[in-house]
Amino acid sequence: MTTSFMILAVLTVAGTAAAMGLRNAVHCVLALALGFAGIAMLYLQLGAQFVGFTQILVYVGAVAILAVFAIMMTHNDKSMALPDSHSAWVAGCIVAVAVFAVLARAIVSSSASAQTQPPQPAATVQQIGNALMHRFVMPLEIMGLLLTAALIGAVVIAMDRREEMK
Amino acid sequence: MTHLALMTQHLDQIFVLTSHWLLSYLPIALQPLCSAILSVAAIIIAFATLFALTTLLERKGLGRMQNRYGPNRVGPCGLFQPLADGVKSLTKEDIVPIRADRAVHFMAPVLLVAASFMGYAVLPIGRNMVMVDMNAGVLFFFAIGSLMELAVFMAGWSSRSKYSLLGAMRAIAQMISYEVPLVLASVVVLMQAGSLSTVAIVNMQATYSGIWPHWFVFTPWGFAGFALFMIAATAESNRSPFDLPEGESEIIAGYYTEYSGFKFALFFLGEYIGMFATSGMAITLFLGGWSAPFSFLTWIPSYFWFFAKLLTIISVFIWIRGTLPRLRMDQLMNLAWQFMLPMTLLNLLTTGIWHFMLPGFLRWIVCSTMVIVPCILLGSGLKYKKKFQIRTYHFSQ
Repeated sequence: MTTSFMILAVLTVAGTAAAMGLRNAVHCVLALALGFAGIAMLYLQLGAQFVGFTQILVYVGAVAILAVFAIMMTHNDKSMALPDSHSAWVAGCIVAVAVFAVLARAIVSSSASAQTQPPQPAATVQQIGNALMHRFVMPLEIMGLLLTAALIGAVVIAMDRREEMK
Repeated sequence: MTHLALMTQHLDQIFVLTSHWLLSYLPIALQPLCSAILSVAAIIIAFATLFALTTLLERKGLGRMQNRYGPNRVGPCGLFQPLADGVKSLTKEDIVPIRADRAVHFMAPVLLVAASFMGYAVLPIGRNMVMVDMNAGVLFFFAIGSLMELAVFMAGWSSRSKYSLLGAMRAIAQMISYEVPLVLASVVVLMQAGSLSTVAIVNMQATYSGIWPHWFVFTPWGFAGFALFMIAATAESNRSPFDLPEGESEIIAGYYTEYSGFKFALFFLGEYIGMFATSGMAITLFLGGWSAPFSFLTWIPSYFWFFAKLLTIISVFIWIRGTLPRLRMDQLMNLAWQFMLPMTLLNLLTTGIWHFMLPGFLRWIVCSTMVIVPCILLGSGLKYKKKFQIRTYHFSQ
């Protein structure tokens, strides 16, 4: 565990913890964006530049903005503060601890963690590009088609609404 | 190597050599850290100075275009005006609205300036003058650019003012819409260069056949890509004619309405620094980065060419600002989704065809037609059934 890993881990955990604990919904999203950025930097520290930058581009640049917009469009100023209920807190904590325990047990008992020094894989952007364009070209195309269909669907829904309003 | 050639080479590398010389006095353990600090300081000083110069140039240039003098009181020909502006913004009172969200209100300008400076890490300013040569450099640039949207939102939301919120919504809608053509327009270069590294892209363009350079802008797809990139870059940096998010006359400076003093200056700085960064990326992708425009001019230092190109683009920005009126919101969105997006997609196809056709005259004809004809058809298609006439206003006549 290097110093930079410790800093990034603290940043990520603090960001995501604040996202759960803060009262104001917009503050929560901003804190979550910090957590996303921390995860992106962890990827970068592992030498996965493509994944790291895509994480920033997609999660910080798009998902956080989308969440913030959704909150802003649906809530007014007064209901911005979230209600706190202790029973939900307790239930949430139990679920979180249970999930953490299962994941931790799975990681500790898996064969991957037995290797002391895993070989450093050099995943350059070029390799990822080659893999996407040769071996995984079919899944890529299908995903592209799916996303296009979703895009057209969203446009159609938005257009229907306008007709009704007229 | 002759004496003269050696001298020009040293002049070209003067900043690199100076940095090496300074670092050689330090212990080895400290060298990577100090090298990074030195490069960051150099970038911040160089581009902050350019920012000061540009504000003066802009006010002078706009003044000329509008038949007035522009600033001419401070120093000779108003040359110290940026300095006076800086002192003014530092000494002004920092007003935060009572209902504002103080923490977010404070962090927004800081994040904006930090994000806009980070893009320079991958811009090759001269030969061997790049801070980090990442193999995903272009991706890094666009990822950092997307952080600015978050900063704009933070500024607009935390002010708790309707003008700020309106400005932020407009700005984010505009930035997201134009990010799509911006990225797609630069993909053509990545396709042709086969690399995401900015250094590799510039090195590919810095060769010559005869006296002519191999800049990507001198190909049909490169020219179309450059034009589309620059339009999207203008919108991305909220410059006129796409300055609706600020729109002084309608929503009084948009998302930074409630900022004053130095924080306002930071927004101003962030916006210009972001504009320089996007222009620098356009230079890197299409205009050959630091390479000279003719092979017989290569003796002039490489950083000179980068800044010469940057200043040319800035002048064009100022010229456009003095010439074109502001667009309406629906016109802005229509341009992005109905014209820019189809054109960038077509340009991708053109680049593919260019790549697989044999070099020669035929390739030029086919690819030029593929760019020009759809552009004209799309333009006239969008104009179809729209009447253009002199607008009459209810209250002004």
